Amino acid sequence: MKIHQLSLFLENKPSQLTEPCRLLADAGIDIRTLTLADTERFGILRLIVSDWEKGAHLLREAGYVVNVTEVVAVEVPDRPGGLAELLGSFENTGINIEYMYAFTFGHGDTAVLIFRFDNPDAAIERLKSVGISVLGSTEVYQRIEK
Amino acid sequence: MTTIPDEDSLDLHPASVPDYMQVPHMRALQLERLRSTVRRAYLHVELYRQRMDQRNVRPEDIRTLDDVIRLPFTVKADLRDSYPFGLFASPLQEVVRLHASSGTTGKPIVVAYTQHDLAVWTDAMVRTLAACGLGCGDIIQNAYGYGLFTGGLGAHYGAEALGATVVPISGGNTDRQIMVMKDFKVTAICCTPTYFLHLLDRAGEMGISIRELPLRVGVFGAEPWSDSMRSRIEAAGGIKAYDIYGLSEITGPGVGSECRCQAGLHIFEDHFFPEIIDPDSGQPVAEGEEGELVITTLSKHAMPMLRYRTRDISAFVPAPCHCGRTLRRIKRITRRSDDMFIIRGVNVFPSQVESALLAVEGTLPHYQIILRREGGLDQMEVHVEVTPAVFSDKVGALENLHNKLGQSLHQTLGLRVEVRLVAPQALKRSEGKAQRVIDQRNLA
Repeated sequence: MKIHQLSLFLENKPSQLTEPCRLLADAGIDIRTLTLADTERFGILRLIVSDWEKGAHLLREAGYVVNVTEVVAVEVPDRPGGLAELLGSFENTGINIEYMYAFTFGHGDTAVLIFRFDNPDAAIERLKSVGISVLGSTEVYQRIEK
Repeated sequence: MTTIPDEDSLDLHPASVPDYMQVPHMRALQLERLRSTVRRAYLHVELYRQRMDQRNVRPEDIRTLDDVIRLPFTVKADLRDSYPFGLFASPLQEVVRLHASSGTTGKPIVVAYTQHDLAVWTDAMVRTLAACGLGCGDIIQNAYGYGLFTGGLGAHYGAEALGATVVPISGGNTDRQIMVMKDFKVTAICCTPTYFLHLLDRAGEMGISIRELPLRVGVFGAEPWSDSMRSRIEAAGGIKAYDIYGLSEITGPGVGSECRCQAGLHIFEDHFFPEIIDPDSGQPVAEGEEGELVITTLSKHAMPMLRYRTRDISAFVPAPCHCGRTLRRIKRITRRSDDMFIIRGVNVFPSQVESALLAVEGTLPHYQIILRREGGLDQMEVHVEVTPAVFSDKVGALENLHNKLGQSLHQTLGLRVEVRLVAPQALKRSEGKAQRVIDQRNLA
């Protein structure tokens, strides 16, 4: 199961982050998690939101360049070695991780990892074959709302 | 034998008949008119008389069209120096219209028209609009500025004489332009190509798709634009986009126009005699070679122009056009010889920057060139708007784009320039001519 991530181009200047967040907030769209990739010259804001279609439409209307990417969400035990085991399952498969980010929920004993694979379908196959559960979007939201 | 134009032969506008004149007849007509223009200029305009005397040329020395090269050039500075009425060849009582172009330096230049000159201008504009496939039944939104600028009134009278319905909306007020275009079921628009891009952007924001409207033709002029910009405009607007050419010094819009073949601009040669010269030596270039366009007016009374240096770079298109017009064609003007700027000793044309950006992205993004002076050294920065087509969620992909743009610019210009990717809409859209170059060097 792949989930949809929104990416926005931001210039590297003060207060660039505020406006898109406010736009989503005003429309009642919840940001589940986000990560900001920044360079000296520009930034890319990546978001998982409660309604990606509405969110993408809204941001595009406001003049942002928005890219919708399919990413994979995986739940791992929140303990030492949890991530290492997961990453180990990709050894010698030729599957490349473009980038990833993680979030924990504060209560509960698992963390959710968001992966951007070069080949998400192959990655999902691999994860299933080693018995690791891949989360759908509703499950991701349920985990967060628990 | 004259080729008969196919599909539009049935509704050929009578004014367009000279477009199909047999070449020897056209040359004979041109010679007769050239001789009369030179006589008039020599008799009534002191500057022309002085310059011809200096070169030892008398009006009767012009015996063939090739003798045109014996005539002196006229440049924009001559019009400025003779401000306001110094180049008039008609008494003011016969002048019925004055136009002026905003000068970038000091005084504007003034141009004058007799009743006859206005008729010539209107004739040229009727033929321009007819060549763009327009006629009676079309509703033309004229978004060129009305006033001292020749664009507005030139297109206006041409469109009326053509028999089309004119909406004289003039420039600016983009939201109203879009409302009128939609509500009046406008079929054609006259404006600058960058203003049309601005209309497309704004219509999108208003939730209106220009593609879906009855608009079918754009008559674009007053600034250089490229074929890739045309493809973008035609695809996004659902229209045919035609390039027209003109300048106030010669008459205004209507000097030349594309036809439905969109393969060069036909010059209305019975009124305007074109030459292509080497801008440095002043000598004619070989047929088909690139050079500066020079025009001599053949029909104007109030203000004849002898060999006016347009500073526009073009070339003759040698073969006859498939549309059947026998009028000579020039290539689309993509740059002006004075659009050029010099940075760290290197001559740069904005069109070179465009081709470098195009080579990387495939389509031309919005861009702006910023020139600065930092610590006595000139810096050139190119700001490029990130488009959905090139944007990626991966940092590496954007860094790669950034580097490629830098390399392509370096290769094309022979000069290292700083590239900055900016958010869409970050660069101000122009309501008139696009401001591609912002030179802040004098302010520093």
